[in-house]
Amino acid sequence: MDYATFLQLLDTTLRLATPLLFACLAGLYSERAGIFDIGLEGKMLMGAMCAGTVAYLTGSVWLGALAAIVGSLLFALVHGLASITFRGNQLISGVALNFVASGITVLVALALFGQGGRTPPLEGGARMGEVTLPFADALRSVPIIGPLYADVISGHPLLVYVGIALVPATWWLLYRTRFGLRLRAVGENPASVDTAGVSVARLRFAAVLIAGILCGLAGAYMATGLQAGFGREMTAGRGYIALAALIFAKWRPWHALWACLLFGFFQSLALRPDVLQSVGLRVPVPVLDALPYILTVIVLAGLVGKAVPPRAGGEPYVKER
Amino acid sequence: MNSLPKWADVVLVPLISLILAALVSALVLLAIGQSPMQALTVMVKGALMSPQGWGYTLYYATSFIFTGLAVTVAYHAGLFNIGAEGQAQLGGLGVALCCLMLPWPHWSLALIGAMVAAAVFGAAWAAVPAYLQAKRGSHIVITTIMFNYIAAALMIWLLVDFLRPPTSMDPASARFPATVSLPHFHQLPFISDFFLRYTPDGQVRLNPAGEPMYQKVPANISFFLAILACVGTWVLLWHTRLGYMIRAFGKSEKAARYAGISAVKITIVTMLISGALAGLMAINNVMGQAERLLQNSAEGAGFIGIAVALMGRNHPVGVFLAAILFGFLYQGGAALGLETTIPIELRIVVQGLVILFTGALDQMVRMMLGFAFRARRA
Amino acid sequence: MAGAIGSGRQTPAAPFAIELKGISKAFGPVQANKDISIQVAKGSIHGIIGENGAGKSTLMSILYGFYKADSGEILINGRPTSIPDSQSAIRAGIGMVFQHFKLVQNFTVLENIILGAEDGAMLAPSLSKARRVLDQLSREYELDVDPDALIEDLSVGHQQRVEILKALYRQAEILILDEPTGVLTPAEADHLFRILNGLKDQGKTVILITHKLREIMEITDTVSVMRRGQMTATVKTAETSPEQLAELMVGRKVLLQVEKQPANPGRTVLEVENLRVVDEHGVERLKGINLHIRAGEILGIAGVAGNGQSELLEVLGGIDHGTGTIRINGKELDLTGKHSDGQSRRADGIAHVPEDRQVLGLIMDFTAWENVAFGYHHAPEYQKNALLMDNAAIRADCEAKMATFDVRPPIPTLAAKNFSGGNQQKIVVAREIERNPDLLLVGQPTRGVDIGAIEFIHKQIVALRDAGKAVLLVSVELDEIMSLSDRIAVMFDGRIMGERDPATTNERELGLLMAGVAEGGAA
Repeated sequence: MDYATFLQLLDTTLRLATPLLFACLAGLYSERAGIFDIGLEGKMLMGAMCAGTVAYLTGSVWLGALAAIVGSLLFALVHGLASITFRGNQLISGVALNFVASGITVLVALALFGQGGRTPPLEGGARMGEVTLPFADALRSVPIIGPLYADVISGHPLLVYVGIALVPATWWLLYRTRFGLRLRAVGENPASVDTAGVSVARLRFAAVLIAGILCGLAGAYMATGLQAGFGREMTAGRGYIALAALIFAKWRPWHALWACLLFGFFQSLALRPDVLQSVGLRVPVPVLDALPYILTVIVLAGLVGKAVPPRAGGEPYVKER
Repeated sequence: MNSLPKWADVVLVPLISLILAALVSALVLLAIGQSPMQALTVMVKGALMSPQGWGYTLYYATSFIFTGLAVTVAYHAGLFNIGAEGQAQLGGLGVALCCLMLPWPHWSLALIGAMVAAAVFGAAWAAVPAYLQAKRGSHIVITTIMFNYIAAALMIWLLVDFLRPPTSMDPASARFPATVSLPHFHQLPFISDFFLRYTPDGQVRLNPAGEPMYQKVPANISFFLAILACVGTWVLLWHTRLGYMIRAFGKSEKAARYAGISAVKITIVTMLISGALAGLMAINNVMGQAERLLQNSAEGAGFIGIAVALMGRNHPVGVFLAAILFGFLYQGGAALGLETTIPIELRIVVQGLVILFTGALDQMVRMMLGFAFRARRA
Repeated sequence: MAGAIGSGRQTPAAPFAIELKGISKAFGPVQANKDISIQVAKGSIHGIIGENGAGKSTLMSILYGFYKADSGEILINGRPTSIPDSQSAIRAGIGMVFQHFKLVQNFTVLENIILGAEDGAMLAPSLSKARRVLDQLSREYELDVDPDALIEDLSVGHQQRVEILKALYRQAEILILDEPTGVLTPAEADHLFRILNGLKDQGKTVILITHKLREIMEITDTVSVMRRGQMTATVKTAETSPEQLAELMVGRKVLLQVEKQPANPGRTVLEVENLRVVDEHGVERLKGINLHIRAGEILGIAGVAGNGQSELLEVLGGIDHGTGTIRINGKELDLTGKHSDGQSRRADGIAHVPEDRQVLGLIMDFTAWENVAFGYHHAPEYQKNALLMDNAAIRADCEAKMATFDVRPPIPTLAAKNFSGGNQQKIVVAREIERNPDLLLVGQPTRGVDIGAIEFIHKQIVALRDAGKAVLLVSVELDEIMSLSDRIAVMFDGRIMGERDPATTNERELGLLMAGVAEGGAA
């Protein structure tokens, strides 16, 4: 494998890791506030459909992204209603919403475009343009670092950079602000927040809605950045991989970035079986596909340190006495 | 909170949930410019108004009974098994290996062998998540989801690299020998009469050899095994010590410890039974219908098991009825795809909504009913 | 301010810190608080005493905005105040220290203190301000804790201090403490009382909710007694006696003396040698217990809750693991291995009425008849054949037990949760005693049980002893221990401090042992 191929792999890794990262951070907000979210997948799918549709109809990728956020928020709201207001089973709610999203996205896309559940291919302003970072061309000729900067780091849709910027932002929000303190507290011991006179429900809704926005962006990126349009089931389990990454990262923002990059790397390897063969490894593609899941199971088994979820995760808050 | 009479909780809550799911689906249909009434008519006609429709409805229902029971058994131990899908796929692998590798003289023997294989493979796929939950405290919901994906990858790998006949491009195994073909409804005594084909003037259609011709349907002898599984599950849960221990453990892990009920043992045994039930589904779809192992053989039936169990209030009788309902939904949905422009995906929407209303918004439904009951009393 | 101590006189210059007028609160058909009026003088320590379920906690929850009263009025410093939520309570200067702490385990002390009382959107300024204030508060009130320690690393006593600091940081003028000493060692409790007195000296008002007479007598200025949702009396502590308070609490002369013949002990049934238990946090809960019980006698274990009594019961009952030696009828028990579970214990003739029937002893969603088989689901008489249980036989047995033990209503198909506390306990006691065990373990047999059922349950325990069985009784109610036991062992900090004869000892002597004051070297 030569350096150029390696750079290509890294480039794809970054592209593929981005939707994982958005979804993973979405899950991080939600679960840190004590609301399990298996419905990342559905919200992403919903976001992708809305983005693809609106971007095609208006020709504006940003209106598409806005629509993605709205669509995903709608699902987040139902999840909040079920798990916060009506104290329902959060796992079941997530599973249910994934099914609803899986069906409804195809239904709408078929009704609007009749192309087998896809949106028509997006072009021009309906797609997310690639951002060339400053000095990319000037630095290209510098050995090793030049191509790395120009070909891997530069030249991605804006949301890729937004996603990466969200990592320190999330860290800062969680650990340096009042909102973050309360958010973490409500996921560990909601009674501590309640007795301090702060609304548990409002905090949790805020977290769930943030998750909605981020999943919407993940979907928007899928439909307008990574690919040129929405296709049925286009998220292909990424919501669950993001969930796996979240556990792998033990619910911490920076670790989430590394986990998503790692899982993105597996995905990019799965796209390039020739690369592995060239270094003398014959790994079947399905094994690469399954690797994120296998790794997560290994983490869950406690073989690589213990993954302790937020203590109040999954439990609806009922005021006692 | 407000407590409802037991009959209301058992009957009305799922019924109202179903109606709510249907209403929301109708709204979705209206929103995409379709007629809900037309959809319902086509579904009822396609699934229930002909013997052939029933032949498909009951075929689907058979699969859903097995997966619904799988979810039910786990539920009573306080475990949420989302992994029935993967366990059913592995069950399919067991059936395929059993049917392809061994020379069966008769379908009945093959059926017994395939059942054992399906159950063992399904149980094996549930064993690792079960062990991790019991011994390491890993959340079974997450591990079973992961195992679904691992199962999917495993099946692709096995089908492409090992089970696919050399000449074929499909990621599917070779066809099973004809000797292991299970009797379908149109081949069974008594039942077959429903599936006779008629000429336009009302005569039974005959083949050149002068024998009556039948409409072929996928529903097969597995349906009766599914009913047996319902009875078996009911006996297990409410009439055996194991069932007693499963239910006690599911209600209170701490109290179970006081009573000397081993958490590790019950978790593992319950998940093995659950996985075996999910695996057994494969005798219906793989052995009974496809007669070879296809990629994604379970086709989401494992997930429908969640809806069926929730709708059926985790009782075998409820599971049986809910499975028929979902069989109707699936066959009716297929009819929609054939006869209207309403997409077949409508059934996934309904399925999701049923899970949502019965499993996550059940408290809302109960509150609504509570208001109704209080208003009536007042 | 000091002049207000114990004062019941109202002057316009010094209104009451808290005045409640006619507070009522019902939960469905249960009237938790009935027309309660109370006046708490500023700068005093006011005790509220009553049995479990008397309505103390409900009243305080109303004061803290957790519940809304159905009727009545709250005056804070003489001003009518509405307290719809905890935020309003905090604004009104009320701080609450709950029985179960409301702390975030993996936060630092400082983070817990500012939670909900931050000064702005950024944490850093709040944290540095809190550090300053905390430093000052801890010097002022003997409330020293490391501000950067994680809560999960602190002892229970220190966690409680964090709760008090939380309230003080929010500038609480009125501090409510709900059963604060239940989880404390006597030394920690003494420290707490010093803190409370310090608060009083600074002019703060303290409300102490408890069911322990000793604490009331020791620290309060005024005491209000609650019984069955009503306030039965408010008296100055200096002018009352424990006996009078007890009578006011229970509503009649407390004389829980059980009639029983002298014990006639036979062979030794239970021998415990050097029993040790280490909990999941690595803390040693039992530090070498030695005891024995003979057939036909009741050994009572007295002690403050949390001194290892629960662990003792749980090891003996096969719920917990331990090290050391336990012999029953001479047979050594497995304490860690395959045969250390509840089933093996039952097979060895041990029955167990657990301390918490709702968590351990019963499956609340199961029917009464299913609960009758609980733990004995392997019993041969409950089986139809090798495969099936005989549900009809269990139901019949349940009916019989309900008749013998006068369980009401006698409906085997009713879920356990639908019985009253006393009747639930009767189901458990019936199940365990009717097994005719060689050794009966009983924990808090009458907690949350009405008076009538108490007498009945006590009689059953004595009857079992008279039938030549061994009984190990654990109770935090000293009266119960004194009246039932043939011998009394006192536990403190995972050890047995000493053994006494109920006929010759008294509450004072036992109290000293319970407080960890050992007699001349013997333990």
